[in-house]
Amino acid sequence: MLRAHAVTVRYGRRTAVDAVSLEVAPGEVLAILGANGSGKSSLLRALAGVQRCQGVLAWNESAAPGAGIGYMPQDSMLRAALTAFEVVLLGRLRSLAFRVSEQDLVAARAALAELGISDLAARRIGELSGGQRQLVFLAQVLAADPQVLLLDEPTSALDIAHQLQVLVLLRRATARRRLTTIAVLHDLNAAARFADRIALMRDGQLIGLGRPADVLTTPVLRHAYGVDVCILAGPDGHPVVLPMQIAPVL
Amino acid sequence: MEPASAPADAVSSWRATNTRRMGFSALGCGLLLVSFAADVATGPAMLPIPAVLRSLAGLGSDAMLDAIVRTLRLPIALMAAVVGAALGLSGAVMQTVLNNALASSYTLGISAAAGFGAALAILVGASLPVPEAWAIPAAAFAFAGLACALVAGVGRLRGATPELLVLAGIACLFLFQALLSLLQFLASPEALQQIVFWLFGSLQRSSMAKVGIVALVFAVTLPVVLADAWRLTALRLGDERARALGVRVDTLRLRCFVVVSLLTGAAVAFVGTIGFIGLVAPHIARILVGEDQRHLLPASAVFGALLLSAASVASKLILPGTVFPIGIVTALLGVPFFAWLVLASRGRP
Repeated sequence: MLRAHAVTVRYGRRTAVDAVSLEVAPGEVLAILGANGSGKSSLLRALAGVQRCQGVLAWNESAAPGAGIGYMPQDSMLRAALTAFEVVLLGRLRSLAFRVSEQDLVAARAALAELGISDLAARRIGELSGGQRQLVFLAQVLAADPQVLLLDEPTSALDIAHQLQVLVLLRRATARRRLTTIAVLHDLNAAARFADRIALMRDGQLIGLGRPADVLTTPVLRHAYGVDVCILAGPDGHPVVLPMQIAPVL
Repeated sequence: MEPASAPADAVSSWRATNTRRMGFSALGCGLLLVSFAADVATGPAMLPIPAVLRSLAGLGSDAMLDAIVRTLRLPIALMAAVVGAALGLSGAVMQTVLNNALASSYTLGISAAAGFGAALAILVGASLPVPEAWAIPAAAFAFAGLACALVAGVGRLRGATPELLVLAGIACLFLFQALLSLLQFLASPEALQQIVFWLFGSLQRSSMAKVGIVALVFAVTLPVVLADAWRLTALRLGDERARALGVRVDTLRLRCFVVVSLLTGAAVAFVGTIGFIGLVAPHIARILVGEDQRHLLPASAVFGALLLSAASVASKLILPGTVFPIGIVTALLGVPFFAWLVLASRGRP
């Protein structure tokens, strides 16, 4: 169980995350949603231990920063002359020795195989498409055998086929490994379909936390995004959000 | 997304790649040995390589040839190799920690700072309590360290990015070049001539003691950076990803700056400013062995040593009977070579 209590992130005098508290259980996927600049990525970075913050973070009764947490930052173009296998192997950095152990090699190979991308192993990371690169970095965090998975916009800039592939693999890995998974997403419908719960942020604060059907409502989304939406029932029972118009300022 | 096929095993394929990388480094070592022997054999008196090898092995029968080889040419050839290795290694470390392919001790002002230190020691040499032969390298070393400290100091600022560090290095370059110009303006004609000659870069002032110092610094710093090889490799994915993997990026960068300042300071102190080796050698190594720093760092040292050793040979062959300053040779040969390298690697990820 990952527990965050009153997590606050400040950049100078600006408060990016304002006393956010949440709990996420093993095997659960939590999607963090919100408009640009609402503090989603800052909250995720604080949970990952790469951003200084105030408040209490704990999981499995341990507050050791970083250990057992797999954090995947937002995708960025890379020109490093490293193969996909080397990138995945770096996921084992905490145990990697100059002479790489058999255990680390096996873990990297298994992570590639788990995501079905063993054929990319010898390709250079800079040659891969955005979707392939995201899967390689997902394999990198899985190679570390984490208990908590934190993903910052893992489906941004991907076409719908790649989005679907990443989210299905994520869901499957979460269930198989009993991971505590938190992902920042922009696509409300993807979040509704793949997340167990949704945390909705605005101005650094949590304005909604619960099951997709409870959080994705017209008044809450108007408050979060300033947009009027139409909520429909999808074929599998999940809510489907249709943006209609910019909400008039009252 | 391409469907997953039945690929060659990822681990065996990676091991084969590593074997090929070690092959390239071994090839570099072989070429270095050839260049080293040619460097000892080349000079006003051209010596046959078999006789040179016999003399180096202590099996020589010609006292005159032994004296030329061991006393005159061996220190120069060894100095070319160790200084080249030090500059190649420091260039590779800098390019990695600053995430900038143009970073080197030359382009970031560390060599300019060393030049200023040397010029200062030449100007006030007579009033120093140590012999000028040691005061000049000591001052060059100290100012190279100062330039590194200035850049590293900027790196300690909150929110400092690799780009900011590169800008700080360029600011250092202009600062010390301006200060150097000021000293040249103030210097007497004799001192000015000495300063200019130092700035050319030359291996002719080498001695076994000086070779020993540079070799010692190299031998101490190489294991330090190799111990960080995986963390440096992680840094190639960007600061954020490296942090996510558990790298303490700021501490690593600071440690690397100390190593770079020691390597560059020791190398430049005894031979003057030598450009392009620290820039080009890591590029060659990167093309051949990739960016797993366990391979890249030693390969950069090997190719740096090879380039400077070859430049030393060339410096004696351009105009028979005259030894061109090595700094001029590396720049003249390095510029077209670097241009070719950049053009050839266009589009490479």
